[in-house]
Amino acid sequence: MTPAFEVVDVHYAYQDAPALQGLTLTIEQGQRVALLGANGSGKSTLLQLLDGLQFADRGAVSAFGEVLSEARLQDDETAFAFRRRVGLVFQNPDVQLFCPTVFDELAFGPLQLGWSKDEILARVDATLAEFSIAPLKHRPPHRLSGGEKKRVALASVLILNPEVLLLDEPTAGLDPQSASELIDYLVKCQGSGRTVITATHDLDIVEDIADRCFVLQSGRLAAAGAASEILDDAALCRSAHIAHAHYHRHGDSVDHHHHHRHTGEASPVAGKASRGSA
Amino acid sequence: MCDCGPSYSARRRHDGAFLDRLARGLARAMDHALDADDLARRDGLLQRLDPRVKLAGLLTLIVVAVFVKSLAVLGSLFLVAVALALPSQVSLPRLAKQVWLKVFAFTVLIALPAVFLVPGTVVARLPVLLWPVTLQGLRSAAFLLGRAETAATFALLLILCTPWPHVLKALRVFRAPIVLVAILGMTHRYIFVLLESAAQMFASRRSRMVGPLSPRDRRRVATATAGVLLDKALLLSTDVQLAMAARGYRGEVRLIDDFHATPVDWLALAGFAAVASAALWLQA
Repeated sequence: MTPAFEVVDVHYAYQDAPALQGLTLTIEQGQRVALLGANGSGKSTLLQLLDGLQFADRGAVSAFGEVLSEARLQDDETAFAFRRRVGLVFQNPDVQLFCPTVFDELAFGPLQLGWSKDEILARVDATLAEFSIAPLKHRPPHRLSGGEKKRVALASVLILNPEVLLLDEPTAGLDPQSASELIDYLVKCQGSGRTVITATHDLDIVEDIADRCFVLQSGRLAAAGAASEILDDAALCRSAHIAHAHYHRHGDSVDHHHHHRHTGEASPVAGKASRGSA
Repeated sequence: MCDCGPSYSARRRHDGAFLDRLARGLARAMDHALDADDLARRDGLLQRLDPRVKLAGLLTLIVVAVFVKSLAVLGSLFLVAVALALPSQVSLPRLAKQVWLKVFAFTVLIALPAVFLVPGTVVARLPVLLWPVTLQGLRSAAFLLGRAETAATFALLLILCTPWPHVLKALRVFRAPIVLVAILGMTHRYIFVLLESAAQMFASRRSRMVGPLSPRDRRRVATATAGVLLDKALLLSTDVQLAMAARGYRGEVRLIDDFHATPVDWLALAGFAAVASAALWLQA
């Protein structure tokens, strides 16, 4: 099967600041992938390149076997077909929610792709119900909570039912309940055939939402492998700045880290906090 | 101790007051907008109507109020506005505060000279100055005031009882350019984001203020904040453009509405038309 994306020796820089430096990776169709890396490692830039919003300075990004180039996406038909297949959920929902109401937000994509009014109205209602956001239909984005904004942002992309879903830090700024609901949805994507690529530095969620991980460091690929392999490599996680010194795993637990003090020590370090099960 | 100026603590309070004022001003602007938004979503007479019907009906009444040449008819239209406000949960104190007093203060300043300058039957004279107050002058002033108050009341009812995005979309009924409607909609959307950002910046600045600010520094804080906000707005606009492109935007704005006119809406439209026609017929 043709890979969903092939990134070959891609270089990209913001003015003089390099964001991606000779990045090469392949993402197969139907795969659930996590892009791991610290802030500034190039995850968001890579997502924008995969979504054809930015274009490589050097190297090539191919989607479904076709090279993504600015010239190619100038053609309306090609651009619409591509947008129909690939959807990106931005990290900051305020960027993504630019319409006056939730209804307009959900209708925006289908309208641009030329769907009929009846089809749009029906699809909007179905999507509102699917994401349990029907009561928010006429709400303006500034009257939504952070979790609601993220859900609307996700719904506004998934209304087009794209084959590939790109997510930029989907749990950033969410309370645990909202984050858990979002992760539940992404877990449901497993086996649906949809390619899901998530950029995150939240190791707690990686094994739930991804089968394969790419670790980026300063715009370069530092490691690639199964999620469990990457998460087991504490040294790699620390060197890539995605886990701190206390990070370690116990058996099959997702992740686990302690903030602790040793009896007798004077330093008033925080008592103990742990994530995941020991 | 130096006695050449206000004490440190007094200056500190003053600086705090300056930043407080800015933060309070921003918070007030947000509150006003959110309050209006809440009112527009309540269950009231005007709120229940299709936005297109409200826009067409109330704009018609505004036009009639501006052109009507009978004070009695103008007064009746004013009463119609009040009669529409009450079942729409717009209270009289709110109307008085938001429209009547402000319009009165502004219009009286403009209308006052007419009371003395328009020639006609003198009904009184100003004490001391002995300027003549003419019947025709009073009539002109009353028309100006009545038209302004009535039109402003109808306009406020439209704004308070209809979510702003719906007002904009309903403008398409009058063939308002689609680009204008879309730009106004996005402006309304991002004003809140930037207001919130500005409020946070002032709160952050205030939390780190450990010494008094000179007037020059206060001006610097205000202009620096404006500059940073402009910068943020530019970055935001770039990101928003990318987000739009990601969902298929190709430079052509498209809008959709899910307005559904019911028999009640048609009845309301007929009601607006009947009031407007009656007003024109009575004054004729």
